[in-house]
Amino acid sequence: MNMTGGFRDHLWRDLLLAYRRRGDLVKPLMFFLMVSTLVPLAIAPEPERLAKLAPGMIWIMALLATLLSIESLFSDDFRDGSLEQMLISPDLLVMPVLGKMTAHWLVIGVPLTLISPLIGLWFSLPMVALLPMILSLAVGTALLSFIGAVGAALTLPLRQGGVLLTLLVMPLYMPVLIFGSATIQSAVDGLIWFNPLLVLVALLAIAVALCPLATAAALRLAKNA
Amino acid sequence: MLNMQWTWFHRLGSPRWFYQKTQRWLPWLSAITAVLLLVGLVWGLAFAPQDAKQGNSFRIIYLHVPASFLALVGYYIMAISGAVGLIWRIKLSFMVMKSAAPIGAALTFVALFTGAVWGKPTWGAYWVWDARITSMLILLFLYLGILALRYTFSVSEASDRASAILGLVGTVNVPIIYKSVDWWQTLHQPATIKLTGAPSMHPDMFAPLLLMIIGFYGFYFLTLMLFTRAEILHRERKASWVRELVSKKRAEV
Repeated sequence: MNMTGGFRDHLWRDLLLAYRRRGDLVKPLMFFLMVSTLVPLAIAPEPERLAKLAPGMIWIMALLATLLSIESLFSDDFRDGSLEQMLISPDLLVMPVLGKMTAHWLVIGVPLTLISPLIGLWFSLPMVALLPMILSLAVGTALLSFIGAVGAALTLPLRQGGVLLTLLVMPLYMPVLIFGSATIQSAVDGLIWFNPLLVLVALLAIAVALCPLATAAALRLAKNA
Repeated sequence: MLNMQWTWFHRLGSPRWFYQKTQRWLPWLSAITAVLLLVGLVWGLAFAPQDAKQGNSFRIIYLHVPASFLALVGYYIMAISGAVGLIWRIKLSFMVMKSAAPIGAALTFVALFTGAVWGKPTWGAYWVWDARITSMLILLFLYLGILALRYTFSVSEASDRASAILGLVGTVNVPIIYKSVDWWQTLHQPATIKLTGAPSMHPDMFAPLLLMIIGFYGFYFLTLMLFTRAEILHRERKASWVRELVSKKRAEV
């Protein structure tokens, strides 16, 4: 048993797998970009109106893009049997789970964060709000990955878990959405945007402590179901 | 000594013991609940003084407040019984959890519905994105999530444990959701909309409300008991004591 108890192994493994399947990586990003195109088409191309919608819309789209990919967090491992290996390994289950969650954030959340300035530009988001947007997305998408993993593990043994997963996780996502979009909104309004961001960081600290536990419990359940 | 202390706990965990014990409690509990609700309703709807600003429309508070109260308490009752089931592997507490979910969801719906009916004369709109209303809506979604999860699993043991885990995750989230929605409210809307708070109520208005709240508690535990008893009979239908019970009932008819 190594020091990190399987955290690093599973992080690397998932990153490597993601690199080998680069096509899958692009899908959430494309989703993010395409839905962003829908908004001006559906509402109006006027910069002032779009700028008003931007903080909320960017966060809703980031949330949906993460939800889209979270289902496959454990399902591939479940199907090919490597989840079983993870469950019978002597390590604490929490550490590999934490590794997989972190990998999901690095593979989905971080690219979304990096591409978000482009969306901000499309939506005429003021320049002052750019850094708050990037920071809130960086922290917030990690939260989305962590909370989403619990739902993914709970719905793992179900054949059509996708829709159910969305229904289970969505209410749990609401605080993240509130503080994430508030960070951007505060910056746009010239308020102190640091406070809602710090709340996001605090929520992340809670999630890092508790989500792996709940996910591990749900995974043990999935094996027996 | 240690054994002495824990026997009650284990006996409580036996579905059969619970079924037989509650048999004796049921008449008492239903009688007390009926009296409380009847007195509270008649007093609140007919005899309590009118509100200075809202007139008679405020009287819906006698349904709205107890329902919202029990909707929230019910979530914790559900989550805690799920946790007890997870930790001590007690069958009965899973049955309680399963029974608590639809009751809680129904009460949340009642709270939202009465709130909307009340909102029309007071605020001029059925729906306002007020902090408390929004939190209640999210609570309803949490309940519905548990119900949805429960009906998708085919194995009941897996479904019990999965709902218990989801309930626990929700428990951590409920205060966070309440606080964040509260904060969101202050950010986006000036505090022009305020419900009449309970502490500032006139004692003549408050007394029936208190009766109604206690009555709703009674109603909640009564329905929870009945749902749980039905669940016990369903799950233990192959046990000999249930078969005996059924054949005895058949003989009576």
